[in-house]
Amino acid sequence: MSTPAAGSNPARITSEVVAKVAKLASLKLSEDEITLMTSQLSGMLDHFADIDKLDLENVVPLAQPFPLKNVFREDVIVKGLDRDEVLAAAPAAEDGRFRVPPSSGLGEQ
Amino acid sequence: MSNASSAPQHSTALPNGWEMVVGLEVHVELDTKTKLFSASPNRFGDEPNTNIDPVTLGLPGALPVLNKHAVELAIRLGLALNCKVQPSTFHRKNYFYQDMPKAYQISQYDQPINIDGYMMLPGDVRIGIERAHLEEDTGKSTHIGGTSGRIHGSDYSLVDFNRAGVPLVEIVSRPDIRNSDQARQYVAELRSILLAVGASDAKMEEGSMRCDVNVSVRKPGEPFGTRCEIKNVNSIRAVGKAIDYEARRQIDVLESGGTIRQETRHWDDSEGRTHTLRTKEDADDYRYFLEPDLVLLDPDQEWIESIRASLPMLPAARRAQLAELTGANKESESVYVIVERGQDEYIAAVANAGGDAARALVYVQQAFAEEGASPKVAAKDIATLTQMERDAKLTATQAKTILSEMVANGGGDPVALAAAKGFEALDTSAVEAMVDAAIAQQADAWAKYCAGEEKAMGALVGAIMKASQGKADGKVVTAILQARRAK
Repeated sequence: MSTPAAGSNPARITSEVVAKVAKLASLKLSEDEITLMTSQLSGMLDHFADIDKLDLENVVPLAQPFPLKNVFREDVIVKGLDRDEVLAAAPAAEDGRFRVPPSSGLGEQ
Repeated sequence: MSNASSAPQHSTALPNGWEMVVGLEVHVELDTKTKLFSASPNRFGDEPNTNIDPVTLGLPGALPVLNKHAVELAIRLGLALNCKVQPSTFHRKNYFYQDMPKAYQISQYDQPINIDGYMMLPGDVRIGIERAHLEEDTGKSTHIGGTSGRIHGSDYSLVDFNRAGVPLVEIVSRPDIRNSDQARQYVAELRSILLAVGASDAKMEEGSMRCDVNVSVRKPGEPFGTRCEIKNVNSIRAVGKAIDYEARRQIDVLESGGTIRQETRHWDDSEGRTHTLRTKEDADDYRYFLEPDLVLLDPDQEWIESIRASLPMLPAARRAQLAELTGANKESESVYVIVERGQDEYIAAVANAGGDAARALVYVQQAFAEEGASPKVAAKDIATLTQMERDAKLTATQAKTILSEMVANGGGDPVALAAAKGFEALDTSAVEAMVDAAIAQQADAWAKYCAGEEKAMGALVGAIMKASQGKADGKVVTAILQARRAK
């Protein structure tokens, strides 16, 4: 099902990679959507390849487009949300907690 | 086999020349008032979901703002672990799980705040610290139904978000650990450092300090083997047991012709074994990308230096100082115990008051276990007690009795206490007379002792101590008996 996008370097991205990323992001894509995304993502990667060709030896990598750093708040407690109000908005709650279906996701901790 | 009762436990050697390679990832909750990116309380044990806000719940439009004090504590810890503090960024680590409603954890990835540190363990063993980075904790799920209380087979889960967003530092060691003793020493020392710098309360039983252990095995000199990561290792003792179990499991697999799969395993403390939790290839694609809602974290040098200047003396330096003062080995149990209790300054005060530091170390270790860093008994009185024992005005047993009394009463003058109890060490001629009397009475024991049966000395010493009503110095009695036999 590998379908290199027309006009792009076929090595940039395959439909398998697109399908895998979609699965990791819990997106259900049809075959047609995968084909379309593969083509569009290949176009984007072509653009990055163009940037790669530039001489960027003396350019500092940009972590963030804003000219800001060290934005902090002080360690002071501010009243948050009311539990009953929040749980009333949830699909299900029990015992002061959110009740959720058993996850098939991949957990940490 | 290892001896569970003696203080420095020794892990058993692995069979057939195998060597284990171990690295630790330790998560610690920072001791802040609020969360890493929002102003709800960071507090253990509150009613579920009472410390929540839009950022904690990942509500649309909520924006994280970094807690300055959390950054300061992370830098304190980094400096205490000899790390370089560098400009850093935050990333989103994407995965789906019910205790993380944003579907990503904000963590640090390729530019963590602290890198390239180390910790020294007994025997001048140096364990590298690869990084110590900031990240947020997740909520807490309780799985209901099914049989095991685990997620597999459960009917549903209940989620409490009080812990979600609590500031964590994850300390990642280099794979420099070679046995379970070193692993336990590493965790214990890390805990001492965390407490000393005030970065965390480091309570493993409450989950404010959590260990993941990476274990592989190889023959010395060969490349690293495939590693398994073990989670749910919740005490220092369990760290040692889990590592020893896992290394042997891997050796069994390899020696029977199998291969090790890279996977995450779960330590079951009650069964004393590890289970497969998931294989690594399922889980490892977290699609990290820069967190667009946070800016560069670039602590200026002045701030870093002011934090460095505010660090207290660290446990290793305090142990070295106490060892120097008392003449004890800096790796001895008593030195570790006293510094752990914070009583090293007290012993220095005893020495300053003219006391014998070596005796004080013994007294304080034995009698002050419940006293904390500021014992109620005045240091000058302990100083006097050490002098009385050193000058043979009291026997060791008598000194111990008076010490217990002083601790029980929260103080007291040892000279007065000794007088009230009629404790006066007997002069040597009186003891010699008692020795001669005992030899006459216990002729059998004396004959055996003279024939080289050392155990027979016990009966003689017992008789003498009884005759002296405990006032004779055991060391003097022993010396006289040995001298009599040598004649």
